[in-house]
Amino acid sequence: MLDLSSLTERMSAQPQERKDDRPADENLADVSLPPRPLNLAAVRAQLQSKTGKPYWRTLEELAGDPSFEDLLHREFPRQAPSEWDDSVDRRDFLKLMAASLALAGLSGCGRAPEQYIVPYVKQPDGLVQGKPRFYATAMPFGADAMGLLVESHEGRPTKIEGNPDHPSSLGATNAFAQASLLDLYDPDRAQTVTQAGEIRTWSQFLDAAQALAASFQTVQGGGFRILTGIINSPTVAAQLQTILTLYPQAKWHRWEPAVGDGTREGAKLAFGSYVNTVYRPENADVILSIDSDFLASGPGNVRYMRDFYRRRKLDQFAEADRLGNQMSRLYVVEPTPSVTGSSADHRLPLRYGESAQFARALAAKLGLGGGGKLPPGAEKWLDAVVKDLRKHPRRTLVVAGEQQPAEVHALVHAINAALGNVGTTLYYTEPVEAHPVNHLESLRELCADIDQGKVSALLILGVNPVYTAPHDFDFASKLLFDERHKRKKIETVIHCSQHFDETSQYCDWHVAESHYLETWGDVRAFDGTVSVVQPLIAPLYRTHSVYEVLAAFSDKPGLSTYDAVRDRLKTANPSGDFEKFWRKTLNDGIVTGTAFAPLSVPLKFNPASLPPAKESSSNELEFLFRPDPSIYDGRFANNGWLQELPKPVTKLTWDNAALVSPKTAEALQLTHKIASRGGEHGQILSNVVDISLSGSQVTAAAWILPGQAEGVVVLPLGYGRKRAGYTGTNKGFNAYAVRASSALWAANAPNSVIRKTGDDYPLACTQYHFNMEGRHILVAGTLEEYRKNPNFAHEDEEAPPKELSLYKGEAEFPYNRDKWAMAIDLNSCNGCNACVIACQAENNIAVVGKDQVMRGREMHWIRIDRYYTNTDSATSRKSTGDPSEYQPALDNPETFFQPVPCQQCENAPCEQVCPVGATVHSAEGLNDMVYNRCIGTRYCSNNCPYKVRRFNFLRFQDWETPQLKLLRNPEVTVRSRGVMEKCSYCTQRINNARIDAERAENGKGRPIRDGEIVTACEQACPSQAIVFGNANDPHSRVSKLRARQRNYAIMPELNTRARTTYLAAVRNPNPELENA
Amino acid sequence: MGFAVLAVLAAARSPYLTRQNITRQQPIQFSHKHHVGDDGIDCRYCHTSVETSAFAGIPPTKTCMNCHSVLFSNAGYLEPIRESYRTDKSIEWVKIHRLADFVYFNHSIHVNKGVGCSTCHGRVDEMPLVFQANTLLMQWCVECHRNPAPNLRPMDKVYAMDWTPTPDQEELGKKFMKERNIRTTAELTSCSTCHR
Repeated sequence: MLDLSSLTERMSAQPQERKDDRPADENLADVSLPPRPLNLAAVRAQLQSKTGKPYWRTLEELAGDPSFEDLLHREFPRQAPSEWDDSVDRRDFLKLMAASLALAGLSGCGRAPEQYIVPYVKQPDGLVQGKPRFYATAMPFGADAMGLLVESHEGRPTKIEGNPDHPSSLGATNAFAQASLLDLYDPDRAQTVTQAGEIRTWSQFLDAAQALAASFQTVQGGGFRILTGIINSPTVAAQLQTILTLYPQAKWHRWEPAVGDGTREGAKLAFGSYVNTVYRPENADVILSIDSDFLASGPGNVRYMRDFYRRRKLDQFAEADRLGNQMSRLYVVEPTPSVTGSSADHRLPLRYGESAQFARALAAKLGLGGGGKLPPGAEKWLDAVVKDLRKHPRRTLVVAGEQQPAEVHALVHAINAALGNVGTTLYYTEPVEAHPVNHLESLRELCADIDQGKVSALLILGVNPVYTAPHDFDFASKLLFDERHKRKKIETVIHCSQHFDETSQYCDWHVAESHYLETWGDVRAFDGTVSVVQPLIAPLYRTHSVYEVLAAFSDKPGLSTYDAVRDRLKTANPSGDFEKFWRKTLNDGIVTGTAFAPLSVPLKFNPASLPPAKESSSNELEFLFRPDPSIYDGRFANNGWLQELPKPVTKLTWDNAALVSPKTAEALQLTHKIASRGGEHGQILSNVVDISLSGSQVTAAAWILPGQAEGVVVLPLGYGRKRAGYTGTNKGFNAYAVRASSALWAANAPNSVIRKTGDDYPLACTQYHFNMEGRHILVAGTLEEYRKNPNFAHEDEEAPPKELSLYKGEAEFPYNRDKWAMAIDLNSCNGCNACVIACQAENNIAVVGKDQVMRGREMHWIRIDRYYTNTDSATSRKSTGDPSEYQPALDNPETFFQPVPCQQCENAPCEQVCPVGATVHSAEGLNDMVYNRCIGTRYCSNNCPYKVRRFNFLRFQDWETPQLKLLRNPEVTVRSRGVMEKCSYCTQRINNARIDAERAENGKGRPIRDGEIVTACEQACPSQAIVFGNANDPHSRVSKLRARQRNYAIMPELNTRARTTYLAAVRNPNPELENA
Repeated sequence: MGFAVLAVLAAARSPYLTRQNITRQQPIQFSHKHHVGDDGIDCRYCHTSVETSAFAGIPPTKTCMNCHSVLFSNAGYLEPIRESYRTDKSIEWVKIHRLADFVYFNHSIHVNKGVGCSTCHGRVDEMPLVFQANTLLMQWCVECHRNPAPNLRPMDKVYAMDWTPTPDQEELGKKFMKERNIRTTAELTSCSTCHR
């Protein structure tokens, strides 16, 4: 028998040092990889010397840093023996493992625990056990609503899809809508009404509210204030109007932190009243965006994505889906790279302050008067844009960003009017937001009134002003005890929110708010369409909706949300059979006929009347405040899916960073290093800086972002929260802390306000690992190139002949029934991340946390790779060395996104190396992953050239938290530790569709129709970039796409014969503009 | 070493671990023998979703009350059912046919292609209390998936408990395979057919 005692003795007695008898490995000799700071000058030198069109992903790669090359070639640097501090030698280790294996085997021989089947007592009509049901609802978000169909398994929502009939989504969703499901099941949600921390019942709250209301009667509501965000619910608006009528002296204030007043005030400036703009990008041949991320944020962004990319799909399968003969052209002017800017044919990085100048100059060039001063290089750009705009009368579109000031919006309205776009590429409607006002002024007025003691009761609904209000307002102090006057500033503060957050802790009453998936309601979308919000599940806790809280103060306390919504709908639709109308509304997900009609609004704005613009000093830095792409304004901080989601352009997770442009980083000597010891690709050590702005200071990690305008530092909002629940607290830095009301979107300050602390901070960034250096992976070209040579995607290819394989290939798998394949159009993908979250929700993919992401262990089955490229023109220009020269290469690279799910190779490298046959090929061409057979050798992941396999290194799934058990999709196995997983082409959806088809016609079966199977990623994609289907069916969309010459597979020279193929990206640059 | 392997394999196939032929006590001693064998109630009366869903469906208490609100409506034996109906608390049946969590079995495709209930579940009409008639081991499932013909019935006999293969089952089976477009062995034994 083994003598374990001597073994363990030896283990503990070993000195902690390297063994000398280890075989020498020369390759590893000098690869200690000291972290070397990034040398941007070397990067630029490299860029200017490169020829051809190489793609690069990181600045280090570009610099040809030899230590980085080494890092690339060692996939898991940490596991190299030279870096192990190992005190046990191999023989002892194996002996110990054999012993434990023999002992462990016995514990596997147990019976599985008892299981019960618990049926209904009275089963609801029409419910088929085991089949999910879909209910139409809508998610309110800002001044928009996303129409949704939510999948419900056994009475609980498990997956969110878009409602194909709803104008705001047409069946697609964005990352926020997909992730909102996790917010419903968030274990940190507030669960009950509390008063000063003590649990109270709802009826106690009702009594208190009614008592307050009674006290208002005498003073007509003077002293009563309500603070909300953007309200676009007709019923809530009606309830608020009722309250304001009951108490005429009461006031309703608004504060929405991430949506600026620019859009509203700009419309007022241009038309004399608040007017809503709805775009029709599908009708535009040329689109100019002035700092507008209209494809990924703002009202209607999911719809705009769909419409915009309809004009970018070349020779697409469905003629009806391709409008116009020509591919559209997108020009973007922006200070920081965004998703929209990454799709642009031409992008001009301009500081925020210069955008106003740009708009003025554009207006002047179009003959509207006024003028603007542009930086050198931008003048030519603008001329080319103007010429292009003029070439397409009435079919152009100019859009201004949400964070731009009112004057820019007004100018853009004037420009659109001058170009004749109104009615074709955009139209105006009445505002979607109920009773819009200037939010900043509204909050300012509220704070001033509180300071003057005019407020006796404040009701805060759904917003978090202590966290999000400008710091010079110091909202927290408004809620606290006033030491000087020895009294509370506000007698009663009531807060209604989903979490007990930064504001709740200072309030008297906190009412836990229901999530939209568990309550009734109604909401208006970006074009005015009203939807009824329908609950998918009874409230999980003792939560109540905003409607109920408002009703508590009205003359109908105790009015349920259901009745409130129905009553209002009845009043708005008095004629006919209301019950039938109600059922139809709930079924369709929209209230028919509520879309706003286009308004005809005369322009009342003269660009020449604008006062001369303030000259901003180019020596100053511009600090921009932007909502974060995954956390938005902070509301999603506790959402694990969104925290771990790599942001589209920066690929950062779990943190925000102060985004700095490369030139500015050079000037400030900011740099970052890739940590090698103790962290693989995925951990970047970034310099920490102190930023002093507006009388306050914040400490942040810096991040160098190619493409950002010089002198711009972006501070993403939403992080640094102190009370956001387990996941969201203390992540990143709080940009709100330096955001003042005088500079809400941009603050100018000299260089000296940024000071390196000398520390480094580890950032988890998914960009740095799984690198595919120099190989033919992403193919892109221009429209000209494509027209001359449609086969350009296959030029550099070295695809081997079909017969080249030791395996029998087609003889072994005839694929004569269904042959599943997927085609991804790179022209339509802009990296918005909707597919990543959709896949995570559908397939029960775990959140692993920052530490594991830094080790390269994030579990997303589909990842979106982001590639930068130098253009030919940039490399052919000779540099004069003048720093003011416009350098597109590092400072404005072209960006492409490539979603990479499992390629489902017909000749899969992973299948051939699995020792236990856990990954095998199905008869339809899928690469099946069988979790129960997997023993975790990870040879398959090793062999996968696309690196799409994910291993559960630890038990990443949460097996304990009861709410998360409700979240999971019962159709997909929940994986434990030690098994490999990967994209399965949503095999659960394929199986269900196959069974439905086989069962049809009395068991004879029928073929599966194209479009019957929609993978989760395909369904979520707003631009329909992903197409899945049967390659054996010549009429299926995927077959038609695969037949296109643009269609190519990644690395075909490896003879993997991937089923997932890509359509090469084609951009439409203006031949008159030198730099693309 | 070899003996140890054999012992483990034998243990895995033993009724102790597969639960074959072991009768389990239920909270209410529902007798299929009486209801199906004696009374002749069709399987689908209670197991309503067997033709359309993966899960055959365990009836809600209301299904029992359909008859038992009138028949034996005062029997003490049936008090748990009435209590469940009265108090709106579900009856917690012990699950007899346990498949592992990584197996996704679909009833509807089997019954629609002609595999009868009794082929897998045995003579339920002769069971006073239900027991698992087969091992439900993957080996047992794969045997049929490799060659379904011997187990296919005429469509009108799918729910007949007493069906046995006739002498011409071989030809009949082949005919059914063709008529019903039953998939090839390669397709039926692809792992993703049952494992996700």
